Amino acid sequence: MTELSPLDAAGVDAAVAEALAAFAAASSLDELKEARLAHTGDKAALTLANRQIGGLEPAEKAAAGKAMGAARAAMGRALAARTEELEAERDARVLVEEAVDVTLPVSRQAPGARHPLETMQERMCDVFVSMGWEVAEGPEMEAEWFNFDALNFDPDHPAREMQDTFFIDPPSSGLLMRTHTSPVQVRAALERRDALENEGRGIYVVCPGKTFRTDELDATHTPVFHQIEGLAIDRGLTMAHLKGTLDHFAKSLFGPDAVTRLRPSFFPFTEPSAEMDLRCFVCGGEDPSCRTCRGTGWIEWGGCGMTHPNVLVAAGIDPEKYTAFAFGMGIERTLMFRHNVTDMRDMVEGDVRFSQQFGMEI
Amino acid sequence: MPKIPLSWLAESVALVDGATPEDIATSLARVGLEEEGIHGSGVVGPLVVGRVMSLVKEEQSNGKTINYCRVDVGAFNDPAGPGHKPDNKVDYPSSKGIVCGAHNFVEGDWVVVVLPGATLPGPFPISGRKTYGHWSDGMICSARELGLGEDHSGIIVLTELGFSADSLEPGQDAIPLLGLDQKTIEINVTPDRGYSFSIRGVAREYAHATGASFTDPAGLPVTGTVGDGFAVEIRDDAPVRGTVGCDRFVARVVRGFDPAAASPSWMKQRLEAAGMRSISLAVDVTNYVMLELGQPLHAYDLATLAAPIVVRRARPAEQIVTLDDATRVLDGEDLLITDSAGGRGARAIGIAGVMGGALTEVSASTTDVLLEAAHFDPITIARTARRHKLGSEASRRFERAVDTALPPVAVQRAANLLVEHGGGVIEEIYTDVDDVAPVQAIEMDRDYPSRIVGVEYSVEEVTDSLEQVGCTVERDGEVLIVTPPTWRADLEGPINLVEEVARLRGFENLPSVLPVAPPGRGYTHSQIVRKSVARSLAEAGLTQVLTYPFISESRLDDCLLPSDDVRRDVIRLANPLSAEQPLLRTALVETLVDAVRVNLGRGAQDVAVYETGRAYLGRLVGSVPATYSGDSITPDDVEALNKAIPGQVRRVAGVMAGNKIAAGWDGHATPWKWTDAMAMVEKVERACGVVLDISNEAGERQSTAPFHPGRVAIYRLDGEIVGAAGELHPKVCENLGLPARTVAFEVALDPLIEESEGVLVTASPVSGQVLAKEDFAFVVPASVTAGSLVDAVIEAGDGLVEDARVFDVYTGEQIGEGKKSLAINVKMRDADHTLSADEVLEVRNAIIAAAGEKFGAVLR
Repeated sequence: MTELSPLDAAGVDAAVAEALAAFAAASSLDELKEARLAHTGDKAALTLANRQIGGLEPAEKAAAGKAMGAARAAMGRALAARTEELEAERDARVLVEEAVDVTLPVSRQAPGARHPLETMQERMCDVFVSMGWEVAEGPEMEAEWFNFDALNFDPDHPAREMQDTFFIDPPSSGLLMRTHTSPVQVRAALERRDALENEGRGIYVVCPGKTFRTDELDATHTPVFHQIEGLAIDRGLTMAHLKGTLDHFAKSLFGPDAVTRLRPSFFPFTEPSAEMDLRCFVCGGEDPSCRTCRGTGWIEWGGCGMTHPNVLVAAGIDPEKYTAFAFGMGIERTLMFRHNVTDMRDMVEGDVRFSQQFGMEI
Repeated sequence: MPKIPLSWLAESVALVDGATPEDIATSLARVGLEEEGIHGSGVVGPLVVGRVMSLVKEEQSNGKTINYCRVDVGAFNDPAGPGHKPDNKVDYPSSKGIVCGAHNFVEGDWVVVVLPGATLPGPFPISGRKTYGHWSDGMICSARELGLGEDHSGIIVLTELGFSADSLEPGQDAIPLLGLDQKTIEINVTPDRGYSFSIRGVAREYAHATGASFTDPAGLPVTGTVGDGFAVEIRDDAPVRGTVGCDRFVARVVRGFDPAAASPSWMKQRLEAAGMRSISLAVDVTNYVMLELGQPLHAYDLATLAAPIVVRRARPAEQIVTLDDATRVLDGEDLLITDSAGGRGARAIGIAGVMGGALTEVSASTTDVLLEAAHFDPITIARTARRHKLGSEASRRFERAVDTALPPVAVQRAANLLVEHGGGVIEEIYTDVDDVAPVQAIEMDRDYPSRIVGVEYSVEEVTDSLEQVGCTVERDGEVLIVTPPTWRADLEGPINLVEEVARLRGFENLPSVLPVAPPGRGYTHSQIVRKSVARSLAEAGLTQVLTYPFISESRLDDCLLPSDDVRRDVIRLANPLSAEQPLLRTALVETLVDAVRVNLGRGAQDVAVYETGRAYLGRLVGSVPATYSGDSITPDDVEALNKAIPGQVRRVAGVMAGNKIAAGWDGHATPWKWTDAMAMVEKVERACGVVLDISNEAGERQSTAPFHPGRVAIYRLDGEIVGAAGELHPKVCENLGLPARTVAFEVALDPLIEESEGVLVTASPVSGQVLAKEDFAFVVPASVTAGSLVDAVIEAGDGLVEDARVFDVYTGEQIGEGKKSLAINVKMRDADHTLSADEVLEVRNAIIAAAGEKFGAVLR
């Protein structure tokens, strides 16, 4: 093979054309590299031709240099363009090849969860805190007189026996496990009565917490359960305010169409007293076979009433100046009908699958 | 709770036309009588009257004798001819063939027959079947099979129930005949409404609810004259809470009635429907009047009594045999009815208002009866019934207060019924010891109900409502003077009258007004922190559960608590649900392990649970004041109480068993380790904003149990132990059935929360200078803890060490016996300039020197 002369225009053109064809034919970056070395490397015809320029006559140098420059530029452009094409192809292929199965399990640590009774309690408190109410708490092991006497339960009244009480041994200790969160109402009132008297600051509190009664565990009873009670003491409060508060609470938990009704009842610490029912939010009272309300159209939700003057007196508040209302409901029961929990045992046995259904909020 | 037969109710109040039992229940609920159930007989026919035509006794191989009866059931008879297979070998007259095992009847008797297609209570569907070699088309019924009481000694013979044979006809529907078409509403009577324990009271309430017209069944005329009837004395030497035990006692004699006279079937039916058994005419009459009017009565066999009757308190250790044949030892507070056999008031013949005595009860030969109706102090009766665990129909009424005006009326009603159905004569003169104090009038501002309820009631509406419930109302300017009726002892003050007005006017008319509370202070620090704790543990993969706080003695042993551990200072319940679990937990872990076991038992292999709640710790501290000092509770009362209530701080605890990270396609499993338990406590510390001191040192009376003593971190705050975390003791895992190397943590939250209450973070500027990093590998004696070495490193840095962290721990031959290598990565930075190489070297040398000096550490 004879060496290509830089002055052989046709030869140079042919070599360039050959190089461009080789670049175009390269189907991978590796092949392109081989083609580049073959056509622009040290041993390539055009490279060797270029080296001859130095030995040419000065008159020929310019033309040869120009021709070789044009040839190199053409090859460089083609090489760059092909490189870009092949790199793009490679990048696209890598992305396809690296694709994963996103349906595989991604977390090998099981998620945790809150207990729905706790989150329900928090949600209920949120409703009241957003209205300016405060959340009051107190001891679970309580003095008998706080649980009963201060709440207008006469020691000999049969009402005292309505609440099957766990007493602390020895019975002379005067202690029990609180049967309701009502003692906290009195504690909260005691703590706030100076602000009521001196600043005219009405007392608005909810008292959530654990309560105890000697019921055997079954599908609808548990000896340890949770209540939330509310107490409002202010000038001029009436049963209409009680009803308004309950309506707002019901709408907050059960939607804007929630309706409540009151039925006369008896509690030692309220007078007048009422049972509070919620219009069945599942069937709206339309389905006689509804499982949530058992066809009655109403769900018993809690008790309420105007705080008995004797209770206000016990808390050191003048019932002539202030009136008060109170209400209370079971959190287990609320959870049961709001979330279709059919067996109370699921809430207390500690099977994590129960809490898991609810996640972090309710 | 009382069961109200509707036909009985209808005698005193006009039930609304076409009202169903459900409608009536709804009306009663409107005024406060909640329905507990609507009961029917549960009998679906055909249930018919039958006449026994023939009865053949057949001895069976099992020793029993059965009767093969042919019974005439009128239109239900099979036609004359051969019976159903296998009785088809004989021609029978028109009748049904029935096999019956009872023997208290003979040919010709009128019986009650349940035929195929019917249903008896149970439900127990009836069909024809082959039995004892016959085809039997149903059953001849006993009272119990029909739900008419407990009598199953034989089948019902209708003439013995008081039906005359002339009035009966074969095939006649027996359902209305036996009152089995009657519906009964069971209502829940709240403790303030004793008077609703009667047809009379419920009828009045129904009238309040519907406006229906009410006829007082106590409105009957009382005949005769109060005078020297059977002598009665009330001698109460020891009134309870200042109230004499008996303030009214009516005694009246009925002579010459027929002890064999049966109670009429309607009376028996109503007693049964109301849940009482029929016993004898005299007893049935007293029960009937009690159910109707609400006044308990007692009938004595006059021949057994020695006048006078004395009502007095029991003497200590005095005994009585009550009607239920139990011997009861009495308390000095128990009120007794005594007579004077063996001396004036010497013989106890009944526990007043609770239960009569056996000695003077009416027997099958009693012809002369003394009827007693009295009024007893509710508190005395309630205490006695509770003391002797002897709740009776009478005590249930007396402890809720009975109408003081009723005794003479109730006795009249009972005497009338006795004479009507058993003959005899009511004595003209009767005894009525009446010390009843007049009912106190209540003064109430006329607008008080409006102020409490929030509805504008006119004075006429208020007056009208109160008069409807039986009050008399006088008006004195702006004040109403209201005298409650004798049957409403619960109306004690103006607020009680408000309730009457509100419920009669109807709660459904209440407006709904949302009150505006003053701006509140939001959640407390404690509430915010506790939610944060609960949430961060759930985010870390633990599931919150709630366990009961009740434990057994053996649980403390299983947890290896030494006898002097503070957690042995345990609180005991006086009346636990289970005798095995009389104690309250002293730590959450003690009960939380049960939740772990539940999950393992249900197939879980990896369990991580936590609980937030209280444990109860400490002996009973001093004595709790019996009550508060005056009408109102004082701050001193509360303080004294709070001091006396044993510790019950809020805590958080977790138990983790099995794998934290499950094996999977992308890696191996990682078990829950002691480090994870400690990491959970770190989360708690962060949520509380508190850093605790960590060591492995137990405290005085605070052992490391239930943890592995070598793999437990004990946490202290200001020197006090507040928690622990690590592996459970291998023996504890074994005792409690937990997987080996189960880990746990428990922290008392309240002290941590108190520590951070009100503490504000003071921010330091964040330096933007370049970070310098240096690694050290120190060889130290094995006893040197990583924490103490890191503390020394930080201290030696003199403020320039931003972070120091152990990244490797190595022991082995290269290091030598009794030594270990701790590799520490140290980050250094100054606030105002980039540290020069010389400065870094200076810190490095200071660190090496300090480690060497304090721990004999040498660079590896």
